[in-house]
Amino acid sequence: MNSDSLTRAFLILIRRDLMLAVRHRAEMANPILFFVLVTSLFPLGIGANPALLQAVAPGVIWVAALLAALLSIENVFRSDFEDGSLEQYLLSSHPVSVLVLAKITAHWLITGLPLLLISPLLGILLGLPVDAIKVLFITLLLGTPVLSLIGAVGVALTVGLRKGGMILSLLVLPLYIPVLIFASSAVDTAAAGLPVTAHLSLIAALLLLALSLSPFATAAALRVSLS
Amino acid sequence: MFNNFFHRMASPKHFYGLAGILIPWLAVPCLLLTVAGLYYGLVKAPPDYQQGDSYRIMFIHVPAAWMSLFIYIVMAGAGAIGLIWRIKLAEVVAISSAPIGASFTFLALITGSIWGKPMWGTWWVWDARLTSELILLFLYLGVIALNNAIDDKRTAARAVAILALVGVINIPIIHYSVEWWNTLHQGPTVTKFDKPSIHLSMLIPLLLMAVAFKLYYAFVVLMRARCEVLERERNSGWVKELAEKT
Amino acid sequence: MNLEEFFNMGGYAFYVWSSYGIALLVLLVNIIAPLRQRNKLLNKIADTARRQARRNA
Repeated sequence: MNSDSLTRAFLILIRRDLMLAVRHRAEMANPILFFVLVTSLFPLGIGANPALLQAVAPGVIWVAALLAALLSIENVFRSDFEDGSLEQYLLSSHPVSVLVLAKITAHWLITGLPLLLISPLLGILLGLPVDAIKVLFITLLLGTPVLSLIGAVGVALTVGLRKGGMILSLLVLPLYIPVLIFASSAVDTAAAGLPVTAHLSLIAALLLLALSLSPFATAAALRVSLS
Repeated sequence: MFNNFFHRMASPKHFYGLAGILIPWLAVPCLLLTVAGLYYGLVKAPPDYQQGDSYRIMFIHVPAAWMSLFIYIVMAGAGAIGLIWRIKLAEVVAISSAPIGASFTFLALITGSIWGKPMWGTWWVWDARLTSELILLFLYLGVIALNNAIDDKRTAARAVAILALVGVINIPIIHYSVEWWNTLHQGPTVTKFDKPSIHLSMLIPLLLMAVAFKLYYAFVVLMRARCEVLERERNSGWVKELAEKT
Repeated sequence: MNLEEFFNMGGYAFYVWSSYGIALLVLLVNIIAPLRQRNKLLNKIADTARRQARRNA
């Protein structure tokens, strides 16, 4: 097995997941709808005071994105687990971490990317200034893949459990917290008109860390869960 | 210290016996050091010129916080050993440490909160150190929950080891949070590399309590580990004999 | 300091003593819990063995 066939396997896996997602196009709308709905709950719940909404907007949008990511990440291995393909990945001659990365990439394209694209609309809904919306977009661009990568480890640890869903949140949310803190702090700082290079660099660093470590942790966790 | 110890132990049965012998030898010095630490901290040490007598909470709060970090590292390390070399006793130590670590984290948080009320005027503030210590508590609880959710003990130990290792990134964040961010929390005073900037009369009880807490962890983790070993080996002959005798 | 000063803790009695009290509680629970669990476990194992013996007899 050479790197060429590995690259092909990687791309085939992504393409397969994307095709499956497109066949169930309606399901792709769910994370977006959830994201928009949850964000909209806040002006309804805390009142439409524009200054207040603008102040809480970064945190609210990011928490909503986080919850949407958490809800959707559960499915990244679900269907493969149920039809036995997951075991095939573990038995194949390709390194599991690369196959896992393919699954996570496809998952982000299906669930994370739509959240990213709709985020400017939510920024406008909550009255964020344009500069802040740009930074919000960048933080989501850098941050949602981190959420998918960290979430994948949690899912891999719990995929074999019956009541996996509840415990997944308990495991994954504490690990999401640093991303949340840095990202909403970046948007807050941008809304105040200050430079955000440091914040964005930190999120980028988290992304690189997650990108390099999560596939291995996820692969190890899958081996444990499927043993 | 512990890794060496467990490498010499080949079987759970021998571990059970040896742990049983060690426990009182750790518990009694622990008690003595605690009494000494409490005496020097509550009675002998003078009141602080800024904080009065409330600073004495430090003699619980700081050692508890140190233990919360230390135990997590031991737990992750033992988990890694169990994961890589499949040593049963490493798995046992890892999972036995989790509730103790969670208890110390809880203790650090609550004594910190109680101390913060008269000092900072608030029970809680979301600064970097307090937040990351709270995340540490969640990580411990996650480890305990995951272990309970998986039926097979060996599978559970491996899953928990992975989780603990993923969470290890939080430890340096907690430790360095007071340097990296502007926080309300006190900066480093003891673990600075130059002379610690704390008066000797306060440093001594602090160190006495710190060592006492380490000894406490040692004998309590052995107690929990013995239970875990009994549970895992409940079908073996020596455990059945032991149960008959009681 | 005399006994009264000791209990009063310079006016911070509530804070200091509640901290030490909670600490004592937490540390005691962590000692008592494994002890009780061990006894429970050994009793359970003995019971199971007895029931097995009765079934085999």
